[in-house]
Amino acid sequence: MSNESSGNGGQALRWLRRAVALPYLWMLLFFLAPFLIILKISVAEPIVAQPPFTPLLEWGAQGLVGLRATFENYAYLFADGYYGIIYLSSLKMAAIGTLLCLLLGYPMAYFIARQPPHRRQVLLMAVILPFWISFLLRVYAWIGLLNNRGLINEFLISIGVIDHPLTMLYNDFAVYLGIVYSYLPFMILPLYANLERHDHDLLDAAADLGARRWQGFIDVTLPLSVPGIIGGCLLVFIPAVGEFTIPALLGGADTLMIGRVLWDEFFINRDWPVASAVSVVLLLLLVVPILWFQRLQRREQEAGF
Amino acid sequence: MNNSTPSPLVQIREVTKKFGGVTAVDRVSLDILRGELFAILGSSGCGKTTLLRLLAGFEEPTSGRILIDGADMTDVPPYERPVNLMFQSYALFPHMTVAQNVAYGLKKEHVPADKIRERVAEMLALVKLEALAGRKPEKLSGGEKQRVALARALVKRPKLLLLDEPLAALDKKLRQHTQFELTNLQYQLGTTFVVVTHDQSEAMTLASRIAVMAEGRIAQVGTPGQVYEFPANRYVASFVGNINLFDGRVTAAGNGQLSVKCESLESELSALSDGAMVPGSAVCIAVRPEKITISRQAPEAKDRNVVKGTVWDLAYFGDQSLYRVRLKSGAELQVSAQNLRRSEKMTVEWDEEVFLSWEIASTVLLQS
Repeated sequence: MSNESSGNGGQALRWLRRAVALPYLWMLLFFLAPFLIILKISVAEPIVAQPPFTPLLEWGAQGLVGLRATFENYAYLFADGYYGIIYLSSLKMAAIGTLLCLLLGYPMAYFIARQPPHRRQVLLMAVILPFWISFLLRVYAWIGLLNNRGLINEFLISIGVIDHPLTMLYNDFAVYLGIVYSYLPFMILPLYANLERHDHDLLDAAADLGARRWQGFIDVTLPLSVPGIIGGCLLVFIPAVGEFTIPALLGGADTLMIGRVLWDEFFINRDWPVASAVSVVLLLLLVVPILWFQRLQRREQEAGF
Repeated sequence: MNNSTPSPLVQIREVTKKFGGVTAVDRVSLDILRGELFAILGSSGCGKTTLLRLLAGFEEPTSGRILIDGADMTDVPPYERPVNLMFQSYALFPHMTVAQNVAYGLKKEHVPADKIRERVAEMLALVKLEALAGRKPEKLSGGEKQRVALARALVKRPKLLLLDEPLAALDKKLRQHTQFELTNLQYQLGTTFVVVTHDQSEAMTLASRIAVMAEGRIAQVGTPGQVYEFPANRYVASFVGNINLFDGRVTAAGNGQLSVKCESLESELSALSDGAMVPGSAVCIAVRPEKITISRQAPEAKDRNVVKGTVWDLAYFGDQSLYRVRLKSGAELQVSAQNLRRSEKMTVEWDEEVFLSWEIASTVLLQS
């Protein structure tokens, strides 16, 4: 009997895979193709020309005469410790930002999921509402708030809490604030989607078997929300690593994030090949943990949840 | 305390539970005895589940008290009550194996690990699930899940086990089998079981005593036989099993019997008097379908009530037949008859004129 049911499940899965194939095609076209172009540029040499890099394939009178590829750009990235430090710093800042999002987002998602249905809709709307204003504008708005003569400092001075304005802008604090502010909805939504499906009987069952409320949370709610936690963390962590706008607008000169380096290489140094190599390495850095997480999740699903 | 009767394990004293303006449980008082398999029977929304949740501690009574083993449970949270509940949905922890599910309650009690292993194994053996100890609930059939839920609720050796619709999620065949297993288990362990159900046949076969609930109140408490044969009121009579009901008025009383005139019946009926009814009082006459004898010839009327009608519907089930007989007044009676004799021809056919009769002692007299 269990064979039969898994057979049906297998068939459903095959159909699901077929349906999923279509978006894969889309991804292939609009994701893989640009990636291949970047990969191509990353093995070229910079020249003063339009475009500013050497072509991959060399054409002569008789047709294709040679393949011109160099790994010098990658060697340069690894030789110069500067890039390594920036990668690590980006990963660290994104990780801390993600953790802050999780600590703030989990209770919010939990709270929303436990409200009566009509109130949930209103609260979810409030979470999504900031998307209606341009991301860039919202980050700019924080400059107005955090400034030495911004709203927050002016207010604190006016009520006499402080004499001198607090330095809240152009440092790592501002960047963390920006990441948490911008990416919090991406943490809350997958967590909410997970927590909302939890069967309340499970908590009653835990209480019935001798668990206090907090124990029920630790033993039941938390482990069952792991897929939501992983989903939310990936959605925040991945874009945060490569984030450019937030460190550029709110960060200080010493805020090291790879997004800014990318920008500088492309638009200040006009070294497209090195810039491309930087982004290829960044991609590899992100893809490896994602694949690992996905495998972990799949294994957990196969194991019964 | 009175020594001649054993003290009840559960004492429910005038318990009321209100949700906003709605009274779910209305001044319920009930004693549940030690070692008893007690059923709370009622249709959905009658308050039976609320009463169960009050016993488990998930709800607090608006007024009244609940005592378990003599101790007042009013301020005792669910995790400290000597009570365990088997949920209708089973509520198995999906991320834990069968063994981990069963062990959970013992872990929360800080039982030593080797002792936990021992008791979990013992419990899984009792419900015949040793082979599935390492499985996750998702990979179990409905019957297996039910047994895990039962093992998990019993492993802490509660004084009182509550079962919320324990058989509702099982298919018909499995339900019968599980019914016997449940009663056997209860007999083996001697734990007091309280089963909540909407299914009257489930309550009748499982329980030693039944409380019928309606609109938040207890309509009757008694053994299955008492509830079926001597229903306390109209609601219980029609909720438990099939019954024919006729409104009427007492015309005469004497010799321990009453004569009742029902508008929808031509002849007067007799019933044994309970002493409370006097001529003129409005009553309700009831008779179960299997108490009625159907025949072509007029039966002897001594100590029997007799009415005449026409068969207008019959259903043949092999072991028994169900007749619907229409009287001249348009009233209808259900009659069920065992097919005692082997015969291709049925004793009574469609549209035949028949006599229906039943013993005066089988006539149920209810206050209308």
